[in-house]
Amino acid sequence: MKTYLDNAATTKVDSEVVKAMKPYFEEKYGNASSLHSFGSEAKKALEESRKKIADKINADPSEIIFVSSGTEADNLAITGIAKLKGKGHIITSKIEHPAVLETCKELEKNGFDVTYLNVDKDGFVKDFEKSIKSNTILVSIMHANNEIGTVQDIEKIGKICRSKNIIFHSDCVQSFTKEKIDVKKMSIDLASFSSHKIHGPKGIAALYIKEGIKLKKLMFGGHHEKSIRPGTENIPGIVGFAKAVQIANENDVERIKQMRDKLINGLLKIPDTRLNGDKEKRLCNNISISFRYVEGESMLLYLDEKGIAVSTGSACSSQSLEPSHVLISIGLPHEIAHGTIRYSLSKYTTEKEIEYTIKTTKEVIERLRRISPIKRR
Amino acid sequence: MYSEKLMERFRNPKFVGKIKYPDGVGEEGNMRCGDIMKLYIKVKDNKIMDAKFETFGCAAAIATSDALCELAIGKTLGEALKIKKEDIIKLLGGDVPKIKYHCSVLGVETLHKAIEDYKKKHKSF
Ligand SMILES: Cc1ncc(COP(=O)(O)O)c(C=O)c1O
Ligand code: FES
Repeated sequence: MKTYLDNAATTKVDSEVVKAMKPYFEEKYGNASSLHSFGSEAKKALEESRKKIADKINADPSEIIFVSSGTEADNLAITGIAKLKGKGHIITSKIEHPAVLETCKELEKNGFDVTYLNVDKDGFVKDFEKSIKSNTILVSIMHANNEIGTVQDIEKIGKICRSKNIIFHSDCVQSFTKEKIDVKKMSIDLASFSSHKIHGPKGIAALYIKEGIKLKKLMFGGHHEKSIRPGTENIPGIVGFAKAVQIANENDVERIKQMRDKLINGLLKIPDTRLNGDKEKRLCNNISISFRYVEGESMLLYLDEKGIAVSTGSACSSQSLEPSHVLISIGLPHEIAHGTIRYSLSKYTTEKEIEYTIKTTKEVIERLRRISPIKRR
Repeated sequence: MYSEKLMERFRNPKFVGKIKYPDGVGEEGNMRCGDIMKLYIKVKDNKIMDAKFETFGCAAAIATSDALCELAIGKTLGEALKIKKEDIIKLLGGDVPKIKYHCSVLGVETLHKAIEDYKKKHKSF
C-alpha cells in the first residue's frame, strides 16, 4: 500500500490549490509591476494572497514579504538584521534547521558572537534568559522542530525579547497552519513560512517583518516586495500558497492528531522503542521513534519496499555520516539515534494507512533485528 | 542511490545468522558511523566451508556482508585474506556510492578478524 508519511519533508499539493493556480499560468500571466490590465490582474492576485496569509497570523498585509523558500526567509531575516546592525550577539538553539544554523555559522565567521542554546531531553530550549547579553541583537528560535515535533513556548521567549528590545525571529515553517500563530500576541518580529509544507506549491514562501523592523536586503534589483526582495513575483506560486493557507483548518489538525496518537501507540508496542520529543507539546503530524538494535537507513529502505515513505536521523543516511544534530542535542546516544525514524502525517493520511504502517513496521523491525548482532539481553 | 544488484542482496541476504560451533568469529565496529558487523566462519582443511553474518548498519553494509560471505566460502584462508573491497563492490554491481565505501572496508576487516580468531584458536598444530 502506497503510504506517504514524509509530510515534514514536503506535501502533496491540494487539488484546490492547483485549480486556483492554473489561470495564472495560461491566462492571467502578467507581471504584477506592469501598468496594463494583465499587470493589474496579477497585482490584484498578489495583494489578495498577501492579505490571506497576513490574516492567518494576525499581521498586516504590508508586513508580508514573499520569497522563494523557507531557507531564504531564514537567511533574509537573520543575515538581514545582522548586516544592518554590523556587529553583536545572536542567540539561537542547537536544534534549529540548517537554514538557521548554517546562516548563524556564516555570521560567526564574519565576527558575530553566536550562542547556540542547549535543549532538554524533550527538546525545549534551556537557559535562554541567562544567555542574553548587553549586546544581543537578535534571537532566532524555531516554533516547532522538524525532526522531533517539539513546540517551543514562543510567546514566553517573544515577551522576554520585547521587554529587552531584542529582535525576535522564529522559524515557523513546520508549525504554520498546525499551531496557532498570532504574531502580536507572541511578540514576534520576524517569522518564516513555507508553502510546500502545507499542501502548497514548492518555490514560494514568506517572511513576516513587523512594521518598523528594518533589515538589509540580500539581493539587489527592482522595487518588488518593498525593495526588500527584488525579482518578479511568482504569482501562481503565491496564489497557490494563499489558497493552501485558506484551506487549512482545525478539524484537519484534530483528525491528524488522533491518527498520530494511534500510530504512536501502535509503534510503542514494539519492544525497545522510545518516542522522541515532548508528548503533549508536539506537532499534530510528527512522530519520531527510536527502535533499538536496528539502523535507520535499512529500516527506511525496507519500509519503502512496502510502499511506506519515512525519513531517518541515522548517521548512515547523512552525507556527513554524523547522526542528526537534533537527536544528539536531546541526549540520545549514537546507537539509539541510529535507529530513529520520523513518520510525518498529513490530512491525506488514512486510518487504513496507519494500521498498515503499524503492522509493516513490526515486520520490518523483526526482520532487521534478526540480522543485527546486538540484541536484547 | 543503490544499484538493483545491491538492493536485491539487501532485501534477500542469503547468509544471515550465526554458525553454531564456529571455528572463527570476527567482530568489527565501523569508526565512521558506528555500525557493527559480526562474521562467523567454519574452516576445514584450511578452507572456509561456511560463513554467516550479523550486521547492524546500512543497506550497503548488509549487502556487503552478504557478498563477503559468498566470496569467502570455498576459498582457502590465504585466498580469503586477499579479498579486497573492490571484489565486494564488483559483486554488488560495481557502483557502490563513494560515501559507502567504508561499509565494504568494514566487511574486509571483519573477515580478517574472523580468520585471525581462527588462527589463534588453532595454532597448536
Ligand atoms: C524548520 C524548517 N525550517 C526551514 C525549512 C526550509 O524550508 P524550505 O524547504 O522551504 O527551504 C524547513 C524545511 O525543510 C524546515 O523544516
Ligand atoms: S553502515 Fe553506516 S554508512 Fe554503511
